[in-house]
Amino acid sequence: MRSITLKRHFRDGIRNMARNGSMTFSAISAVTVTLLILGVVLTLAMNINHLVNEIEEQVEIIVELADDIDDERLADIGLLLNSFTGVEGITFVSKEEGLEQLKERMGDQSYLLEGLEQENPLYNMYIVNVINPQDVQVIAEKIKGVGDVIDVDYGEGYVEKLFAITTWIRNIGIVFIIGLAFTAMYLISNTIKLTITTRSKEIELQKLVGATNGYIRWPFFIEGLLLGVLGAIIPIILVLVGYFFLLQKVSGDLSLAFLNLLPFYPISLQVGLILLGIGAFIGMWGSLISVHRFLKI
Amino acid sequence: MIKMYDVWKRYPNGVIALNGFNVNINRGDFVYLVGPSGAGKSTFIKLIYREERPSKGQIFVDGMNLDRIKSKRVAQLRRNIGIVFQDYRLLPTLTVSENIAFAMEVLEKTSEEIKREVPDVLDMVGLRGKENSFPNQLSGGEQQRVAIARALINRPAVLIADEPTGNLDPLNAWEIMNVLERINLNGTTIVMATHNKEIVNRMKKRVIEIDRGQVVRDEVKGGYDNA
Repeated sequence: MRSITLKRHFRDGIRNMARNGSMTFSAISAVTVTLLILGVVLTLAMNINHLVNEIEEQVEIIVELADDIDDERLADIGLLLNSFTGVEGITFVSKEEGLEQLKERMGDQSYLLEGLEQENPLYNMYIVNVINPQDVQVIAEKIKGVGDVIDVDYGEGYVEKLFAITTWIRNIGIVFIIGLAFTAMYLISNTIKLTITTRSKEIELQKLVGATNGYIRWPFFIEGLLLGVLGAIIPIILVLVGYFFLLQKVSGDLSLAFLNLLPFYPISLQVGLILLGIGAFIGMWGSLISVHRFLKI
Repeated sequence: MIKMYDVWKRYPNGVIALNGFNVNINRGDFVYLVGPSGAGKSTFIKLIYREERPSKGQIFVDGMNLDRIKSKRVAQLRRNIGIVFQDYRLLPTLTVSENIAFAMEVLEKTSEEIKREVPDVLDMVGLRGKENSFPNQLSGGEQQRVAIARALINRPAVLIADEPTGNLDPLNAWEIMNVLERINLNGTTIVMATHNKEIVNRMKKRVIEIDRGQVVRDEVKGGYDNA
């Protein structure tokens, strides 16, 4: 293609948008509204996923060890636990440290534990952190088989319920986002289809004066791209500004301190790019699909 | 220039528009297509620029076998054929100049070529000074002349006109005929479907009469009705 032709395609794409003002407006509005909803849901879903991850990360395996083993055996068990697949790391907590921690946790009532230093009822233990919290049950089963391990505790029963709930929340999020993305595609491509249907005469004429299909597609392709990108700008700004203020509100409010939201960066960049990408893609795709119907003349 | 051998056209709804159609139009001919509505004139025209394909038979346009050409070559074929319709088919959002330049841009002509050639063709159809008017600011006759200018701008070997005077008053119709005659004198083959008795009788050109999908009369200097 000559560069003058590419320039003309851009000129035609932009001119078409300007001269079909109301159609352009409705197409951009359709993109704006659907992407705004998608952007809000996406930001919510990403944060919920983040919160759920944090909760899951707190799952750990406590491995209580027999009292009568020497340091060498202790180190061997440590190495063995570390070698299991899916184990991220282990921390050793001696029975003395364990007691200290327990006292701290009990606060005012720690006097109840006084005098226990001599006959510490706790065991030495390893705290095992796993890479994927969902694997905790399998790894715990394996650890039970290790010699000199007295007890393995990972919150059995409680953890399974937690994971059932978090999986459920994630799936709902995914279904919701996919559903919305398809709705957005359908709505936007339909609106673009309408704008193109009004120009079927123009396409017909281009064919009659000997334009190739590729030549005819270009301005529509450019127009669709611009419609999608323009339609994505407002939702991106609204979602990001809204999120920025939400973060400020949450961080300034002590009663909401438990809400550990994702920091503005990189989520702002991710959501911005996703919305822009979807807008551009749907715009181009919608107009190419629609032009295709008219190219059979 | 245009040859058809035993061409049949049956539409999906069962209507048979052409049955065993034979014709041979030479380079530089000026041909009137006459016949009642539904006789097959429009189908014949659509077959020439391959908007329709024959059910059977062979069609050659400027040496191209239309049955054999791929869809990419269809664009090439149409660049060599100028087409004018009864309803002008101008783009209402483009000016006169832009409507004509539109056809040159499709062929990736440079801006210099466009600037040079558009005024020439406007001269030829007598529309100098209307470059920047929009179609709705022109009379029917003027709009049809824009359409002719657009059809001519790429110097096609054939100009096909489907009832070009159908929507015009007699005065404007004659102006269009004068333009077409001048173009024909420059060597362009012209095929014009018409119901305008007066024009056909006065111009004394070759007349091909079509009825029920067949050529029923082909006279060198014919009239509208069978003499």
